[in-house]
This record gives sequence, structure tokens and C-alpha cells, in this order.
Amino acid sequence: MRERDVPQEGNATLAGHRKAMYAVGDDGKLRLVPSRGWEVEEIVTRQAVEDLERRANEARERVLAGATSPLEYHMYRARMDVALLAQATGLWRWRVRRHFTPRVFARLPQRLRRRYAEALGISVEALGKLE
Amino acid sequence: MSSLLHHHGLPLSEPMAFGLASALAFAYLPCVRINGQPLIAFRMPPRAIVKGLQRGLGLGIRFETFSSPASGTARLDTLLDAGKLVGLQAGIFWLPYFPPDLRFHFNAHNLLVYGRDGDDYLVSDPVAEAPARCARKDLEKARFAKGVLAPRGLLYYLTSQPSAPDWARLGTRALARTANIMLRTPLPLIGVRGIEMLARRVGRLPLDGGGDRARLYIGHIVRMQEEIGTGGAGFRFMYATFLQELAGKTGYTALNALATRLVEIGDRWQEFAVAAARMIRRRDALTPPALAEHLRAIARDERLFFQELHRVQSAWAC
Repeated sequence: MRERDVPQEGNATLAGHRKAMYAVGDDGKLRLVPSRGWEVEEIVTRQAVEDLERRANEARERVLAGATSPLEYHMYRARMDVALLAQATGLWRWRVRRHFTPRVFARLPQRLRRRYAEALGISVEALGKLE
Repeated sequence: MSSLLHHHGLPLSEPMAFGLASALAFAYLPCVRINGQPLIAFRMPPRAIVKGLQRGLGLGIRFETFSSPASGTARLDTLLDAGKLVGLQAGIFWLPYFPPDLRFHFNAHNLLVYGRDGDDYLVSDPVAEAPARCARKDLEKARFAKGVLAPRGLLYYLTSQPSAPDWARLGTRALARTANIMLRTPLPLIGVRGIEMLARRVGRLPLDGGGDRARLYIGHIVRMQEEIGTGGAGFRFMYATFLQELAGKTGYTALNALATRLVEIGDRWQEFAVAAARMIRRRDALTPPALAEHLRAIARDERLFFQELHRVQSAWAC
């Protein structure tokens, strides 16, 4: 990559941060050049973020329809999946999945709620609600 | 890592540290899952990089991991109070100074803590341009993030002063090691064969359901390539910089030609990313075989490049 080819397209997902890249200068030497971001990166980052947001929204619909518990919604909000949430809480995956059942979630002891809230980085009260 | 050595009186640029640690690699690990997608790495894991450098330079580096967050934080405080610079591994998701859109659950991230101001740590992060601040609670959470490649509070620091190195000796060794990793790892997942394996996987991507899953998979490859740190193609450019600097330091000019070739390979990776992004955005029709062909071409280039690197290295040794 030539120094003048370093992308400066402005990547919104970097939120104003700049990134340094190595590029070839006119003298043939490689050096660090600050980049404001590349459209390609923005596309793939937005794609991943949107996919997670879509999952969270679908979970939200299902919570409102009484088909799942707020736990699943908060899991996607925290950009996690069942495997990661299970590891973060130290619970088995089938237990996490079981806690997606609204009836089971409603009876969840305070101890487990604290564990989930801690792993998701939210408060215990927030865990039981949508937002 | 580079700044850690600077602090201890050994001026070593980031590309030099990267190259001498033989950190350039490629690995496609389908069994390690990140958000349901395979791990695709363009460099060695952080700990291997630091270790590679340690071996080369004869540094005294101590690694510590902790079973409980409280003891990890206490140890970090003790070291900082003793005036040490401390390197850490941390999960990106919990670091508040990261741009929100980039905060995924990715654990193999390295940063450097150089001081403490009340309850805030002063952090030097390769991603952020300026030094950042990070609250004690957040850093603890990030250091003890769970999941794939969990850092378990890993910290490291230098215990002895580095001595002036013999660049030629270190250089030959590092080049040989990188060529070995890329060409002769007995697993088909690592090195040039890993790229070919990934190409086969991409070529076989199913297009059912409008191809959304295939798009996510391709997007994931590009994300692993470009987003993490200076990115996959970026590591190719960084290694090229290392080859140039090494040539400058030792006077072995054959390395300059290699640097030029590697820059071209980095450009190929970026072209691959552009082609993939166009398919994700539906500007081009989704054709995984075309992307697979692109990857195979890159694999061919890299094989030739590393064979050449090996030849140049052997010619240097005698």
C-alpha cells in the first residue's frame, strides 16, 4: 500500500479514533501513517453489530409474547451467546437455556440472578426487565 | 511490547519486536468459536509473541496469572507502586475507552499499564492513539473476562535489563522460524495450508436462505483480518517494515526485495477484503467460489514468498 492510498474515508464505528497503518512512502520506505478508517471495515463491523441487534430485537419480541425470558434479550444485548454466557457464569449450557423459560426464570433465586447480572455487567433489577 | 522495552533502555520499534518474535502467522481454527464463528488468526497469540521475543533477546520476563480477580488487582497495584511497567491481556468488550461498535467479546488483546492515578489506571493501548484511562473496576472485569482465550488476569513484566542484541544472529533465527511456521507446520490448519483450507471452506459455503449465513461468515473473515489491532493485512505490512529495518541494521540488502513482495501480498489481502465487503453490501452478487479463488491466489503468493524468505535466510546464514 502506498502512503497516499491509506484509506481516509472516515469509519463511523471507530467513533473518531484514528488507526495507524504501515504504508510505503515515496522513498520506498515503510512508515506509520494515521488512517481515519476504511469503508470496508465499517461495512463488516456494522454487519456484525446489526446481526446482534437483530437477535436482541427478536428476543425482545419473544419476551413480550411470553415465549422467552428477559435473560435471553440481555444476553444478546451484551453481545454474548449461550456458550459464552455459560462460561462467564460457570453454569452448564442447558441450565442457561432452561432459564430462558419465563416460568423458570420467574422463580430464579437471588443468588443466580446476581451471577447473571454480574456476568452481563448490569444490575439485578435490570435483569428482570426489558430495559 | 515495544514500549515496554523502550522503558528499559532498549529502543526497539514495534515492527522489529513483531518480526524478531516471529509473530507473523496464519491459523484457521474451526474448533475455537468466537460468537459462533471460527477463529482466524493472522499472528501468533499474545503470549507466544512475548515469549518469542524473550527467547531472542534473552530477556527476563515474568508471566503471572491469577485464580481470583482480587489477587490479580492487588498484584498489579504492587507492581505499579514498585515503578514497573506491566503488560496485560484483557477482553475488549469490557474496556470503556474502546469505541462501542468495536467492543466484541475478544480476549486476545494486549495493553500496557504504566501508572495509577487514584482509582484510574493509566493505559497505553496500541489501538488508541493517546494514552487512555481505565477505572479499576472495568480493568478488573476486562482482565478476568471469560470465554475463548480467557486471559485469567495474565500480566507480565521485565525482571532484568535487556542487553544490546546481535541483530544478524537474531534476525536469521527469527526468519527461519517464521518460514518454518508458514511452510512446515504439520497441521493443515496453520500457515499457508491454513489459507488453502479456509479457501476450500469459503468455496463450499451454502447459499440457502438468501445467503445471509454465508455473508456473516465472509464478514467474520474480513473482521478477523482487518479489525483486530492493525489487522491481518496490516501484519503483513508490519512484517515488511521489519524486513526493511533489519536490512538497514545489518546491511543485508536482499531483505529489501522481500519487503516489497510482502507489501504486494498485503495489498492482495486488502483487495480480498474489498471484494468481500461488496458482496456483503450486495453491490456484487454473492459468489463464494470467486472469493475462494482469491484466497487460493494469496496462498500461492505466500507460499512462494516464504520459500524465498527461507532461501534468503539460508544464504545469509553461511
